[in-house]
Amino acid sequence: MLRSLLPALSLVLVLLAIAWLNPRAISYFGFSLMLNLAIPIALATIAQMFVIAGNELDLSIGTFVGFVGCVTATWLKDAPLIGVLILLGSIGVYALLGALIHLRNLPSIVVTLGMSFVWQGLAILVLPKPGGKAPDWLLSLMAFKPPLVPFPIIAALLIAAVVHFGLMRTSYGVILRGSGGNAAALERAGWSLLRTKIALFALTGFFGVLSGMALIGITTSADANIGNGYTLLSIAGVILGGGEFVGGRVSPIGAVLGALTLALAASPLLTFMHIPPDWQVAANGAILIIVLAARVLISRRER
Amino acid sequence: MASLQAWLAKPWIWSFIGALLVWLATIAFTGGYGGGGMITAALSLAVFTVIVGVGQMFVITLGPGNVDLSLPANIGLASAVAMKVMDGNDAMIAVGLLAALACGMAIGAANYLLIWALRIPPIIATLSASFIIQSIDISYGRGLQIKPPPGFADFTNWQILGIPVLAILTVLFTIGAAIALQRMIYGRSVLAIGQNIRAAWLAGVKVGRIRFLTYTLSGALGGLDGALLAGYFRGANVDIGNEYLLASIAVVVIGGTSVAGGKANVPGVWGAALFLVLLLTMLNTFGVSAGVRLVLTGLIIVGVITAAGGQKALR
Repeated sequence: MLRSLLPALSLVLVLLAIAWLNPRAISYFGFSLMLNLAIPIALATIAQMFVIAGNELDLSIGTFVGFVGCVTATWLKDAPLIGVLILLGSIGVYALLGALIHLRNLPSIVVTLGMSFVWQGLAILVLPKPGGKAPDWLLSLMAFKPPLVPFPIIAALLIAAVVHFGLMRTSYGVILRGSGGNAAALERAGWSLLRTKIALFALTGFFGVLSGMALIGITTSADANIGNGYTLLSIAGVILGGGEFVGGRVSPIGAVLGALTLALAASPLLTFMHIPPDWQVAANGAILIIVLAARVLISRRER
Repeated sequence: MASLQAWLAKPWIWSFIGALLVWLATIAFTGGYGGGGMITAALSLAVFTVIVGVGQMFVITLGPGNVDLSLPANIGLASAVAMKVMDGNDAMIAVGLLAALACGMAIGAANYLLIWALRIPPIIATLSASFIIQSIDISYGRGLQIKPPPGFADFTNWQILGIPVLAILTVLFTIGAAIALQRMIYGRSVLAIGQNIRAAWLAGVKVGRIRFLTYTLSGALGGLDGALLAGYFRGANVDIGNEYLLASIAVVVIGGTSVAGGKANVPGVWGAALFLVLLLTMLNTFGVSAGVRLVLTGLIIVGVITAAGGQKALR
């Protein structure tokens, strides 16, 4: 019980720390600013969560987000139809990777590490120099200012709700998680493991595309390396959110909470604590270790 | 004929054949020019991949889920430590090397401490550790512009008859690693744990100690690699180890070591490292752009893994 509350608890702790250090940050404007990059991080984390649900890992999601960003800032603005086709095609590549990994029984770590080079190379080919510009509709979407609640919070709630419903409440969602939980049982029950793997990888590609587009909507222009940090952030987000590496045990709501925690802890909290930005990455690692340690303590007591 | 078949049945021979084919393709393109120099350059660069590759190989052999993702950060930090301790002074070379080794060993031991204390998959443990190491390196190595001592830089670039001395030493080291793997209690224990950790434990293998030693060994080799890289490239750099995450895992898998654990192959690490280095040389010789080079490198790695096929995944 306590364990399932851990993701929410870590977020509350980080928020309390921020409120204590700088009360003025807890405001409409403060949250809009602090959670600025939370939407693409949350989407990338959800993307990573789908492969992890199938007992795989995607080490290419960061460079993929960068590639999508480059396409968004160039083709999607200048020739929307071609841009959409490229993005759909890249989701197709993800589906194919799922099929390849299943059929040839390949280690996803190595395949996706290889793919991370491919996406990075493609990103450089699409956009050799930093630049480009986000399509206007995307800019106005990401700059949306709803009354009372800042947009990033609404977006996070929406993402968590939609994915939670799809993966946790529908029958095919159960099958998808089951492919990570007990693949043999699922196969004997007549489900195609090839199809579940393809579905999980295609969903990863889909949310990766959303993440890249959201990122460019915020930064307004792109750079081939813009998403590189997202690989590690997304894995950390899933684990922080209570996801397990094996057994199809993941939580979409937890993943979004994990992503928000990382987004808040990495830069706003450190800034308020006057810690130099050098230690941003370390803060992510430290939070991960603290939460995992807390998890060990809790499960020991509950046993 | 029978002996030829016996050779082809060895899992590591394919990586050497691949390296040979890439080399032939390149000298066919240049019209036979620069073939020897290419081998010298390939040997000098392959050394750095082989050293971390051997460490990664022992870790991966421990079985599903075991992989060291902290190597790039480890290499970066150790390169800075080595350069700072040596401080451009020839008399301090040995001390600097020892410091880099100690730094790497401490990182490896910390990795295992996280795995053991938090009971988390090694991927997450080494990942979280690498976040922290990276920050320490950024903070510690900021603006670090110390050149390696001239003696050390010369040593890492020293050649005899076109053969880099570092490569000869690394061959000796890999022979030692192969003996440790196949003929010593340590290596046999690693293989036993990789095949079936419970059976190994019941058979009296000290599982915890062997895993601790293996992660420490991987860390130590990462540290050594960092120091040598800083000597070879004339200076430390936060990003100096970045390419060795993919490279260290790729050479292990391409070299015929099972990602499911329990089956390792030392010669294959050399073949695969030469293959990767020669591949890059070939793409550079063909004059392709950086983007195309990255795409082709990625595709060829995915292709080789697909062709080699797999037993079950790393986790």
